[in-house]
Amino acid sequence: MSETLAPRRRDHERPAGIPLVRASNVRKNYGPIEVLKGITLDVHAGEVMCLLGPSGSGKSTFLRCINHLETIDGGRISFNGELIGYVQRKDRIYEMNRREVAHQRRGIGMVFQRFNLFPNMTALENITVAPMGIGKIPKQVAIAAARDLLDRVGLSAQANKHPAQLSGGQQQRVAIARALAMEPKLMLFDEPTSALDPELVGDVLDVMQRLAASGMTMIVVTHEIGFARGVADRVVFMDGGVVVESGPPREVLEKPQNPRTQAFLESVM
Amino acid sequence: MPLHKTLEQPIPPRPATVTAAGAHAAAFTESHDVVAVPLRHPWRWVLAAVLVLAFAWLATSLWNNPNVDHATIREFMFSPQIIRGAGLTILLTIISMVLSTILGIVLALMRLSDNPVLNAMAWIYVWVFRGTPLLVQIVFWGYLGLLYKQISLGIPFTDFHIFAVDTNTLIPAFVAGLIALTTNEAAYSAEIVRAGMMSVDPGQKEAAYSLGMTPLFTLIKVELPQAMRVIIPPMGNETISMLKNTALLSLIAVLEMYTVAEHISAQNLRQVELLVVVSCWYLALTSILSIPQYYLERHYGRGSRTLGPTPIGRVVSLFHRVMSTR
Ligand SMILES: Nc1ncnc2c1ncn2[C@@H]1O[C@H](COP(=O)(O)OP(=O)(O)O)[C@@H](O)[C@H]1O
Ligand SMILES: [Mg+2]
Repeated sequence: MSETLAPRRRDHERPAGIPLVRASNVRKNYGPIEVLKGITLDVHAGEVMCLLGPSGSGKSTFLRCINHLETIDGGRISFNGELIGYVQRKDRIYEMNRREVAHQRRGIGMVFQRFNLFPNMTALENITVAPMGIGKIPKQVAIAAARDLLDRVGLSAQANKHPAQLSGGQQQRVAIARALAMEPKLMLFDEPTSALDPELVGDVLDVMQRLAASGMTMIVVTHEIGFARGVADRVVFMDGGVVVESGPPREVLEKPQNPRTQAFLESVM
Repeated sequence: MPLHKTLEQPIPPRPATVTAAGAHAAAFTESHDVVAVPLRHPWRWVLAAVLVLAFAWLATSLWNNPNVDHATIREFMFSPQIIRGAGLTILLTIISMVLSTILGIVLALMRLSDNPVLNAMAWIYVWVFRGTPLLVQIVFWGYLGLLYKQISLGIPFTDFHIFAVDTNTLIPAFVAGLIALTTNEAAYSAEIVRAGMMSVDPGQKEAAYSLGMTPLFTLIKVELPQAMRVIIPPMGNETISMLKNTALLSLIAVLEMYTVAEHISAQNLRQVELLVVVSCWYLALTSILSIPQYYLERHYGRGSRTLGPTPIGRVVSLFHRVMSTR
């Protein structure tokens, strides 16, 4: 796969200033089970971070904490300098009400493994529903923007089709366009190609690679090592709810230090 | 041995029996225009014929019964009284279905919410209204005047009233009937709506939330429209039940169709004839009700399958085809 991806445009310089996403010591329990055991990570604006790790290691859970689809039980996550899902008063943090959380989530797009397009709407309606209903963008403007997005993911001809009439790869590209329509500052991808037939993976990775090249900040959970090697600025390896190893792809993927990382990379490559 | 090596092995010759069958198959493929005949079902025709005969016999024996007075049926089938009664029946059905659907959605959302108080309230509501007979509930609402002579607005546990009205003035029989049908039906609608909501993939809500949609917007734009696909078929049944259940309001003297028929037959003593009249009306009305159901199912089924033309669309295209062949 990596041969098909153009080399990354941006160099690996780390911008100064506060990171766009800052997670410190994030903990999450499901009942008695501790799924995240203190995750600390920074993601800077424009950075592409790939999250690798065996199934059940807490990658999806961490991603879902970032846009507060899950509450957290300890630590904190801030986005753009603001706590996500909580407000701090004195020495405590209180969960926000659901309207305020909804407002915060507008800045963060998410793409799911199973696409989760709205089956009762056409591709175009999937993209315009949130900008029109939530962003209060006029209909004509939203439609023009949606057509432009569909064009950029190579699906202009499919605008009026329902998700059931599209292939998995096409659905996932519509889902990416839908998330981009809210003009997010950060995009989260949770195994975006894992539910796709092998011949459809390339189209989706291609769209993601172009998005990365355009400067979008991205956190990508994936098993596509080629994509991580070619596109990521940083690769983070998680296992058992902790970050085991992290660094530039050359280091983590070529010369993994931790035996757990080594075992995982051997199993997927 | 690696897989590609296995595939390089020569394919072993087929056994002789297979070759014989193969020759047979070859004979078949040589003739090009073989017609495929679908399986025939002669017994279906026989059964249908028997049923038609039996039905015809039953219908004529009823019709020719000397105790049935055809003139009475003809007289009352389209009489203004019956038509007015039918109008009230339709009105009661529509209003109580609309109100009970709204109340049902509210109750379903209460049941699905994580607020334990709302949850318990909705559960108790469904428990009470589904667990007692509709007949009893109708009589209860009809006789509310016996329980509370006056209904007043004021401060509870004091004698201060802003106003007070006689219960039977505030709640005439029609309104009592409407309340009885609506509150009872809402208990059933609530369960249907709840099942519909639970049928929607939880990923839909997550996708909506991840786009920054508020819970209310998500409910209206994403969850309810998808739940409708599951909700509408049973709600069609409920509407038909409702139409027939309006007849129970004769107990509290609401002048819907069945009550009117009862009043007429109390005077002319033609009970059977008037039952025939109202049965024809109920059948006609329930048949008409299946039309909006068909179109609603189509509307909310969008995206789940490719839609064929509607019956009307088919007639129109047939018309065009006939005209164009001229
Ligand atoms: N809603 C949930 N309730 C209970 N346990 C959960 C839930 N979601 C995930 N888990 C558990 O949390 C762990 C981490 O899951 P997940 O974040 O999905 O891992 P990954 O995405 O890395 O495969 C798993 O053991 C999983 O069984
Ligand atoms: Mg996962």
